[in-house]
Amino acid sequence: MTAEPLIDTDITPRTDGTDERRGRFARLLDSDIMASFLASKLTVLAGFVTFAFLIIALFAPLIAPFNPFDPAQVFLIDARDPPIWMAGSDPRFLLGTDDQGRDMLSALFYGLRVSLLIGGLGVLLSALIGVTLGLIAGYAGGRIDALIMRIADIQLTFPAILIALLVDGVVHALLKSGGREDTAFGVMVLSIGLSFWVQYARTVRGSTLVERNKDYVHAARLIGLRSPQILWRHVLPNVLGPVLVIATINLALAVITEATLSFLGVGLPPTQPSLGTLIRIGNAYLFSGEWWIVAFPGITLAVLVIAVNMLGDWLRDALNPRLR
Amino acid sequence: MSAPLLSVRKLRVEFATRKGPLVALDDVSFDIARGEVLGVVGESGAGKSLTGLAIMGLIDPPGRIVSGEILLDGERIDHLSEDRMRLIRGPRIAMIFQDPLTSLDPLFTVGDQLVETIRAHQPLSAQAARQKAIGLLGEVGIPAPEQRVDSWPHEFSGGMRQRVVIALAMCAEPELIVADEPTTALDVSVQAQIIRLLKRLARERGLSVMLVTHDMGVIAETADRVAVMYAGRVVETGPVREVVHAALHPYAQGLMAAIPTLETRAVRLAQIPGSMPRLAPRTRPYCAFHTRCDKRFEPCSSIAPPVTRMGGREVACWLHEPVPAGAAR
Amino acid sequence: MLAFILRRLGSAAIVLIFVGVLAFILFRYVGDPVNQMVGIDTSIADRDRLRESLGLNDSVIVQALRFLGHAAMFDFGVSYQFKRPVAELLIERMPATLELSLISALLSLVIGIPMGVASALGKDRWYAKLLQAVSLAGISLPTFLIGILFIYLFSVTLRWFPSFGRGDTVKLGTYWTTGLLTSSGLRALILPAMTLALFQMTLIMRLVRSEMLEVLRSDHIRFARARGLPARSINFRHALKNSLVPVITVAGLQLGSVIAFATITETVFQWPGMGLLFLQSVQNVDVPIMAAYLLFVAAMFVAINLVVDILYLAVDPRLKTTSKAH
Repeated sequence: MTAEPLIDTDITPRTDGTDERRGRFARLLDSDIMASFLASKLTVLAGFVTFAFLIIALFAPLIAPFNPFDPAQVFLIDARDPPIWMAGSDPRFLLGTDDQGRDMLSALFYGLRVSLLIGGLGVLLSALIGVTLGLIAGYAGGRIDALIMRIADIQLTFPAILIALLVDGVVHALLKSGGREDTAFGVMVLSIGLSFWVQYARTVRGSTLVERNKDYVHAARLIGLRSPQILWRHVLPNVLGPVLVIATINLALAVITEATLSFLGVGLPPTQPSLGTLIRIGNAYLFSGEWWIVAFPGITLAVLVIAVNMLGDWLRDALNPRLR
Repeated sequence: MSAPLLSVRKLRVEFATRKGPLVALDDVSFDIARGEVLGVVGESGAGKSLTGLAIMGLIDPPGRIVSGEILLDGERIDHLSEDRMRLIRGPRIAMIFQDPLTSLDPLFTVGDQLVETIRAHQPLSAQAARQKAIGLLGEVGIPAPEQRVDSWPHEFSGGMRQRVVIALAMCAEPELIVADEPTTALDVSVQAQIIRLLKRLARERGLSVMLVTHDMGVIAETADRVAVMYAGRVVETGPVREVVHAALHPYAQGLMAAIPTLETRAVRLAQIPGSMPRLAPRTRPYCAFHTRCDKRFEPCSSIAPPVTRMGGREVACWLHEPVPAGAAR
Repeated sequence: MLAFILRRLGSAAIVLIFVGVLAFILFRYVGDPVNQMVGIDTSIADRDRLRESLGLNDSVIVQALRFLGHAAMFDFGVSYQFKRPVAELLIERMPATLELSLISALLSLVIGIPMGVASALGKDRWYAKLLQAVSLAGISLPTFLIGILFIYLFSVTLRWFPSFGRGDTVKLGTYWTTGLLTSSGLRALILPAMTLALFQMTLIMRLVRSEMLEVLRSDHIRFARARGLPARSINFRHALKNSLVPVITVAGLQLGSVIAFATITETVFQWPGMGLLFLQSVQNVDVPIMAAYLLFVAAMFVAINLVVDILYLAVDPRLKTTSKAH
């Protein structure tokens, strides 16, 4: 008989062996991942929307009709103009203006930029913290591991939004920042970074534990390779997939967190508005019928988050077909 | 020979994939007579378990039966509705699976599961069903069945759980049991007990058994007849003695050489070099075994061998078949 | 079983002590308590006297122990902004938050579980796909946005429900005020409860769906089908029960986070609960309230976890230590 496993539970078909002979990258392109991406029109749409939003965020200063941060371009007399398809609109402002006379469309572009930048940096920071702590916990074991994972457990007790609120409040108190404007951005990134590291840490720790006990790691240690090298070369590549999935889903969460804090009035100030700040501003005018001030940033935020979440869902399914 | 209890005719099962269908079973035919134990043997992925699932009507999408027939007592059962099929599963055909640890619902007591199964098929009161459950547990060799009937699945050892699984399969008094690798997941010491139990039940109750295994040794000891599968096809069927001692198909010969006997146990078992080909998108226009076969000649790589009947045996191999003119290019 | 519960109590105590220390650090080092309590014109001598009387000159350990001791007696000091005992403020607002959270949690379970079951059983049907799509929106949309949408639709446009406040309340006993017994209280509850429930509901739906799909693929379900059990029994007796075991944990955790998430909902609907109080305290760096709220959430979480563990024991026979096993 052959070296094939003797247990015959496997009733799923295996395809011809051609797939295995090609390079890694070629396989990725032709793999189930790519196929599942193209198979779902919705996922393609989500990818397209996300990409478009990223482009808009990146080039906001170039494509926005106005600079909403430039006092020379903002006039209170233009305040609360409706979108151009409504009576009393101003043709210069496609989507109307907000309470200070800023062009909604431009404010949206810049708000998207701020939201995505904070979300992205926050995710980066939390991944950095989480992956590092996870590697340390998994590799060091013992008390260090117990301490890190205990803290992670306790942090999980609190919803991330609460942690972010708390960090935000504490940092502002410590900085005694009377004018919050200069520090608000950094504080938001820090709040998000400190709120979302746990999931990375747990995943990475798990993989590290598995890898650590494999023979080649023992061998590597015997021939004198140092721990950081082993971690870097062997453990990291294995956890990149899950980390990417977590990061994608967390990008949506980070954007929501930022928007929520800004909406609650502890995030970004109106002079530097993110989507959440714009919604906060607009919410005040909901009852007076100026719905566009809240609707456009609200819709933009919703579409952005749904699109990113769909990408995250798809990525998770594609990387782990068992969950489908 | 009287009419067989179960007859599988030219069964073909395909799996739909993104790249088109893959043939998992192709032209599979065999019979099981009443009271007969048919051993189905082959390596992983040969289609043994899938054949069992096909008989039960339990192939889930993306898999499906594309053509062929499954006849139970002369009636087709391969295209019945789920509701009609439910009346076959249990009272006519039962199936037991490989892993007794996962075959039982962990959240219900053994008694609950037995009583539920009995009452799904027979109009018995809860009390009568419970008595019957205790009787069944006793019959499959569970000690102190009156007490153990209220135990949870996790309170049984692996071998005992497989006995419970067999009792569950017997609940509705089936005529045929499809046993899919019933001993693979068990300790070696327990395997023989379970096989003995199945043999005893078959004898006492006149049950037919389709015993799926990769272990030729088990089949040699248990089965009346054997079907050897390779790459989704039946390559040889025949009475177990004849096949074991004088297999016709080169693959079957290789398998038989791999049966450990007292003499060969110490030495390295015979191996067939190479591995089974993976699933193909259509019927192979050649013998699937020819790449590993040391007796191959011209037709093997260009035409699939048909099934030839030789007395009580059947084989699909060009060695036992007149080669059609023009095949040798 | 007793040992199990004791062990759980032990780890609960550790969590609480850890959070307590965190709360103390907050309390002691974030913002100067003295500066918060006196005016700008207070003399340095007066400040020092106050510092001494508050015990702020004692060693850190003594202060921490004193803080924890007081916290254990529900004494969290005096709010900087309201100049009233924090415990009093919290108790005053606790009923509003707990009623909102409980009703939301109940809603999310009662609606979320059947939706999850439906979308798992009808995996490829149109309604399952619809539910999946709706759930994606439910899980994606931020709570405050849903709140705004509800207010715009049901308060501003349709004028069905009030957009803020708790309606009329009735006093039950000394401490509890309830909005559940008046019609205006119930009407006021509907929008915030739906807003708060929506996220958890979709989460539970998705969880039940994926658990159930997993269970439906399991060996024992296949064996149940092979025994000819009716579909009803397979789906609702065996598959559902097995799917709900892990759901208990998550649902418990979610109940905890519902209380914390209430902060956002309470702000949107100006619901006079603890979350709104907490947000005000964050904005005004009112540290005693922040610290107390932190401890409160931790205590709720620990209590819920304990209940979940005990429920687990009741549901999953594998966890019961038995002498019957050999």
